[in-house]
Amino acid sequence: MLKLKGLHKTFNPGTVNEVRALQGVDLTIEEGSFVVVLGMNGSGKSTLLNAVAGSFFVDEGRIELAGIDVTGWPEHRRAKLIGRVFQNPFSGTAPSMSIAENFALATHRGKPRGLGWALSPKLMGPLRDRIASLKMGLENRLDNAIGSLSGGQRQALTLLMASWLKPSLLLLDEHTAALDPKSAEQVIALTSEVIQRDRLTTLMVTHSMHQAVSLGDRIIMMNKGRIFHDFRGAEKRQFRPEDLVDRFEEIRRREQLDETAADLLRRTYV
Amino acid sequence: MTLLLGALTIGLILSLLAMGVFISFRIFEIPDITTDGSITLGASICAVLLIHHVNPFLATGAGAVGGAMAGATTGIIHTKFKINALLAGILVMTALYSVNLHVMGRSNIPLMQASTLNSHAEELGAKLLQAQTINVLGWTVASADAALLVLAAACAAIAGLVLYLFFRTNIGTAMRATGDNAQMVRALGANVDGYIIMGLALSNSLVALSGALLAQYQGFADAQMGIGMIVWGLASVIIGEALTGSRTLGLTIMGAIMGSVLFRLLVATALRWGLNPNDLKLITAFFVFAALVLPGFFARLNRKKAATA
Repeated sequence: MLKLKGLHKTFNPGTVNEVRALQGVDLTIEEGSFVVVLGMNGSGKSTLLNAVAGSFFVDEGRIELAGIDVTGWPEHRRAKLIGRVFQNPFSGTAPSMSIAENFALATHRGKPRGLGWALSPKLMGPLRDRIASLKMGLENRLDNAIGSLSGGQRQALTLLMASWLKPSLLLLDEHTAALDPKSAEQVIALTSEVIQRDRLTTLMVTHSMHQAVSLGDRIIMMNKGRIFHDFRGAEKRQFRPEDLVDRFEEIRRREQLDETAADLLRRTYV
Repeated sequence: MTLLLGALTIGLILSLLAMGVFISFRIFEIPDITTDGSITLGASICAVLLIHHVNPFLATGAGAVGGAMAGATTGIIHTKFKINALLAGILVMTALYSVNLHVMGRSNIPLMQASTLNSHAEELGAKLLQAQTINVLGWTVASADAALLVLAAACAAIAGLVLYLFFRTNIGTAMRATGDNAQMVRALGANVDGYIIMGLALSNSLVALSGALLAQYQGFADAQMGIGMIVWGLASVIIGEALTGSRTLGLTIMGAIMGSVLFRLLVATALRWGLNPNDLKLITAFFVFAALVLPGFFARLNRKKAATA
């Protein structure tokens, strides 16, 4: 279970580049829930994911994961509880190392790493089986550098790596955005399968209305560093992509109104 | 013949330096100039202990430990104080110059009278072979020189093997991944800063070990002996990659050893043909520059050719 309380984060405070990325986010995600985060560019959705993962510390607020206050934990310590797939297929794997070596790293997520043999026979058996289940023919290429694979293959492997040890929370940051449509579909199918099989608590950021509607049991829409809409249960299930587009249109219109209203005030009083 | 033997021996001793530079430069992609200071540190610690009649094995080991501490210092300055890696190395290297003078108490310690690993090896060689000279493939070789060569080869082989095995353990694999993709290593719960500190400590302990062995081989430790050694190590690593490629870890480590030996042989040959020793560092630097730049240059040339064709 993930509990966020009053998260605030401002980048470059006091400079011209100041960005108020998170302006008070409260969110509770129940165990086994699959939450999709939507929002326009700059709405703070990726910042939210990075705040949870610990890429930076928040200015204010509290992050609780699996009953533990992790607000002050550095990223590598939180990784014990969190599995993560990035938008960039290059971020989730070590390109010049082999598929097997990458998995050897993943099987020790959050655990002490000793002088044991990385590619132990104990790892190789289950690894070959699991990778064969992807039906990408990669099980015979375990010694190949992962950098020689396509983006879709790398994302599929990163997903397996992130979920090899069952994480308390799975973070997916637009993990299909950099893929061609066919690979994206494959990775999404794998995502559903992995999440359902292990009943993983998941927070997924996406730009795709289609994914938002077809996946998950709850949709959160963000705007200007705040949670703006929160749909779940029957309401979420009835959603069609058009409904979501309407909601975005609504946000856009309201902002335009704000903009002109502000302008009007400025002209009148300044 | 003595010249060839000497060049081989020094090449093998400096292959430890090359392996150290391989770790910092190729695995962590840090041109770690601490190397210049830590090779001297290894030599000075070892030399001081030797003239105080400490067991040569202990003295050599102590030199390596000194190097590890120097490397860890650079790592801590770089990761914890967020100082550019190159600058962190320069700071530690500069500080080490004074440290080395303090360790030695003067700028040069001769080891002619001391009991060193080398004098042990020479005695052992003479005892085993029962002769002052031996015959290798028709050449007459002083048994002392042969024993030293075997000693250096054993050191290089053991260090290479240990390094190879280490980098295939869980901790070693994570260390290699740190240089490859630090973001991923963090996401998989490993402390990147810790690995960089550990890696630079490992790198500089090998470098210092090389310095300790070199001091015993040449019979003195000198405050100036480290100048330009990082470039020497880079040259060895680059030659090694040209020889064996860098596809697998084992090949790359072997390459670093072979590169070091070949480079030393080339230098010895050039000096024999009358190269001014003062020009040596200039030529080494130019060589490394060329080796770093030329592959990219040729790739561009080929692309242009392909574009016009």
